Amino acid sequence: MAESPNGATSADPRKIVKPVAQGEPILQVRGLVKHFPITQGILFQKKIGAVKAVDGVTFDLMKGETLGLVGESGCGKSTVARLLMNLESITAGSVLYKGDDLAKLSGRALKAVRRNIQMVFQDPYTSLNPRMTVADIIGEPYDIHPEVAPRGDRKRRVQELLELVGLNPEHINRYPHQFSGGQRQRIGIARGLALNPEIIIADEPVSALDVSVQAQVVNLLEKLQNELGLSYLFIAHDLSVVRHISDRVAVMYLGRIAEIGTDAQIYDHPTHPYTQALLSAVPVPDPDGREHRERIILTGDVPSPANPPSGCRFRTRCWKAQDICAEQEPLLEIRKGLSGLGAHDSACHFAEEKDIVGAA
Amino acid sequence: MTTIDTKNKPEGSGPAAAAPLLEVDNLHVEFRTRDGVAKAINGVSYDVSAGETLAVLGESGSGKSVTAQTIMGILDMPPGHITGGEIRFHGKDMLKMSKEERRKIRGQKISMIFQDALSALNPVYSVGFQLAEMFTVHRGMSKKDAKLKSIELMDQVRIPAAKDRVNDYPHQFSGGMRQRIMIAMALALDPELIIADEPTTALDVTVQAQVMDLLAELQRERNMGLILITHDLGVVADVADKIAVMYAGRIVEQAPVRELYRQPTHPYTKGLLESIPRLDHKGRELYAIKGLPPNLMRIPSGCAFNPRCPYAQDVCRSEIPPLHEISVGRGSACHFWETVMEGEVRG
Amino acid sequence: MPDMNKQQREQLPTRSDEQPQSAIELPGMLLADEEGTTLEKRGAYSAPDARGPQDKPRGAWAEAWRELRNSPSFYVSGVLLLFLVFMAIFPGVFTNIDPRHCPILDTNQDPSGDHWFGTNVQGCDVYARTVYGARASIIVGVATTALIVVIGGLIGALSGYFGGWLDTILARITDIFFGIPLLLAALVFMSSVKDRTVWTVVAALGVFGWMQIARIMRGSVITVKKSDYVVAARALGAGTPRILGRHVLPNAIAPVIVVATISLGTFIATEATLSFLGIGLPPTEISWGADISSATTALRDSPYQLIFPSIFLSVTVFSFILLGDAVRDALDPKLR
Repeated sequence: MAESPNGATSADPRKIVKPVAQGEPILQVRGLVKHFPITQGILFQKKIGAVKAVDGVTFDLMKGETLGLVGESGCGKSTVARLLMNLESITAGSVLYKGDDLAKLSGRALKAVRRNIQMVFQDPYTSLNPRMTVADIIGEPYDIHPEVAPRGDRKRRVQELLELVGLNPEHINRYPHQFSGGQRQRIGIARGLALNPEIIIADEPVSALDVSVQAQVVNLLEKLQNELGLSYLFIAHDLSVVRHISDRVAVMYLGRIAEIGTDAQIYDHPTHPYTQALLSAVPVPDPDGREHRERIILTGDVPSPANPPSGCRFRTRCWKAQDICAEQEPLLEIRKGLSGLGAHDSACHFAEEKDIVGAA
Repeated sequence: MTTIDTKNKPEGSGPAAAAPLLEVDNLHVEFRTRDGVAKAINGVSYDVSAGETLAVLGESGSGKSVTAQTIMGILDMPPGHITGGEIRFHGKDMLKMSKEERRKIRGQKISMIFQDALSALNPVYSVGFQLAEMFTVHRGMSKKDAKLKSIELMDQVRIPAAKDRVNDYPHQFSGGMRQRIMIAMALALDPELIIADEPTTALDVTVQAQVMDLLAELQRERNMGLILITHDLGVVADVADKIAVMYAGRIVEQAPVRELYRQPTHPYTKGLLESIPRLDHKGRELYAIKGLPPNLMRIPSGCAFNPRCPYAQDVCRSEIPPLHEISVGRGSACHFWETVMEGEVRG
Repeated sequence: MPDMNKQQREQLPTRSDEQPQSAIELPGMLLADEEGTTLEKRGAYSAPDARGPQDKPRGAWAEAWRELRNSPSFYVSGVLLLFLVFMAIFPGVFTNIDPRHCPILDTNQDPSGDHWFGTNVQGCDVYARTVYGARASIIVGVATTALIVVIGGLIGALSGYFGGWLDTILARITDIFFGIPLLLAALVFMSSVKDRTVWTVVAALGVFGWMQIARIMRGSVITVKKSDYVVAARALGAGTPRILGRHVLPNAIAPVIVVATISLGTFIATEATLSFLGIGLPPTEISWGADISSATTALRDSPYQLIFPSIFLSVTVFSFILLGDAVRDALDPKLR
């Protein structure tokens, strides 16, 4: 159990849980599954199927690192975030925080662990309660977890947090609508930091922001990581932003991880056809560089997660697909015949290195 | 699945010499609200010729969409007020036209593609019906002919099995397919000019590329003018002939696409290019333009960009820089454009 | 309204399908006028007058109040209602005549210096009775509204927030009550009660009049429940009471207030109808409805005793409906 007998009410929530060294796994996700039932009938509901939003996802998040989770809409990346935040119940699989299975914790120990995993939301316009002031919004975590900060200390803490995220600490009595999108996102980040978490799950934290403001927020997130030793699970659809901020990257497709590896492995030595297609589709702000790049244009749409293809889920859009792809599900493993940076986990029977970005 | 090489658009493919299809000339638009007057557009001029693609680039509040809405005549008035300028279509000022004349241009000569296809299509009618309606109402076709024409159009925008899907409803299509239907509707009456307002922003990257390619191809085939409104420097690089960058209701830089990316002449454009993370190089810290886009009710005096600009001097706070002509079709609204031009773009 | 702030959204580049995107880039939304996100940028927006009215912290309620104060209908209805409420509380200020003093000899008189509105069949002063009648009407209106907000609000909130079988059951109960006409139900209810007072009327109207509030509350709670800030509160580990009390209800209550204000007027009218039908307040109570009812017998000889209470009744109902309109405009600028 994570709880130690002495520090249960300590002001520093981290004292209750055991320390983890830099680079060691802090969060281990094993075979995570989430199926949303499709039901029929109003009073007597009958299950007629399931949307397989997340269907067996396994990865580690190391202490102090940023793991990027990329994929297109409907691939299940946001559901992963909601499962980790306990906002949805897990259908199968487990989440281990420093080796402890979250499903087996309860009561105060669970609350302490939960406190250490916080979230930053995508839309700064809807994620802040319009009827609360900034002080109330950022101070709310302390109302819910009063053991973290004594009452009299809260205003000071809120102001420190505002300063930390680059906002004027005098603005604590303002309301969200008085701030711009980028500033609101900073408020959202400050709220996420209030309980001194170790892990921040950021679900598309910059995709709703203007380009010139995106860079500010990305830089802020990097600065906070350096100063506070945070681990990020950074979920995004924008591969460029993910490349910039991530140490490792996992590519998701239809509820599964297609490929996972370090930043250089995924971007410069991708081996899964989906990753390659995704990378080649990213618009590059350079009319000259464009011409040297090969573009892979995928046909068709992502199949419905209620009825995913058999075997490899990408096969319906894949140009390498053969019979084996429909029959046998490719495991996420280091594929034979690949060496160097190409040798990383890839869920493709015909994994093969291909330089798409052209900067290697 | 196809693998194709990036299409290579010959430089200056647009018939630059011909008279422009559409000219926006010193347009001013403001919104009068209870809280004050927001100056959304403060003297915007640009033009598009047949077969040419103009990209209008800007962040939210830059006035890029308001300009488009003013051209289409779909601006909410009030609170919007056009306080000056002309919009000439084939040389004729549309702002002085009667409602009837404008209605004839809208949809038939100039049509628009919106960002959110789901809300732009009527959910209670099948897509086939909505397409066919264009032909029955505007072209007086019989229902049967109109339906055949709709299927043809859906084929053209490459909706697979168009014949079987013609009676489907908008929600039964995926985001990319819906955007194709929007494109089909915009094309239905053979317009001369299409205004596409963030046509691919709501789509996934792999679908984005498909839709953008389709749009560019149809435009070339039909020799239409295309105004592409976007916030994404990446999307534009590929398809535009020329780019107008907007900031606080003004055009701050205008240039043929290559020049703009190779050698920006306005600090805002340069800052934008530097602040986007790129796939092909991993920098340490992203360059960030400091500060925030201005409040349109209190646009800073002088150059609107001056509080955020690393090049700003006293003159920038007092004098609004005109759009200096650098070469033909290339201009910068910066007092120090020469200095900016010399500087390297850090990626 | 719960999504009032959406109006102020910029047109954002966003990929989320479920977000309503306005195709219009309204500059009224560009109210971001902080002095730069970074602290060192203080005063970057040059002019010292850059500190506009936006600088005062203003919540959504304060915003609505400011909106109200700009609304002519709010002033008109407000003045009328203040006057009527004052009359209901202190009728003695307006008249020295005892409304229950009815010299039969003065029956059916036309308006005069002594009797401004004339007298009725029994010889009571119509003006005095009209003044005193305000109390019953306003108590019925206000108390019934309070009651339906409590009943309907509770049922709607529970039903919307918890959903599932609770919602199914509560929704069916609401539907059943919806099927019963309010006036008919109140008639039956009143006729089965022995001692009719103002409070029995309130109970009758309240028990059969809460359904609309419940439905609106349910819909509103469902919308708010899904919003990101509620998810954010859950992610922080907030419990149900906090989520309901701090996040859901404050953001879901606005449409309920609007409907409640408007229905206040209709309850007053329904009470008058009940009294007119002789099944509302007992004859010992003074009420506009009862007086209108008894005036019908002498309509041809002396119409005044019908006209004056009717005018007061109409003005009161009108004022509340007008107030409701003003409140709706203030809380939901989109509907204007």
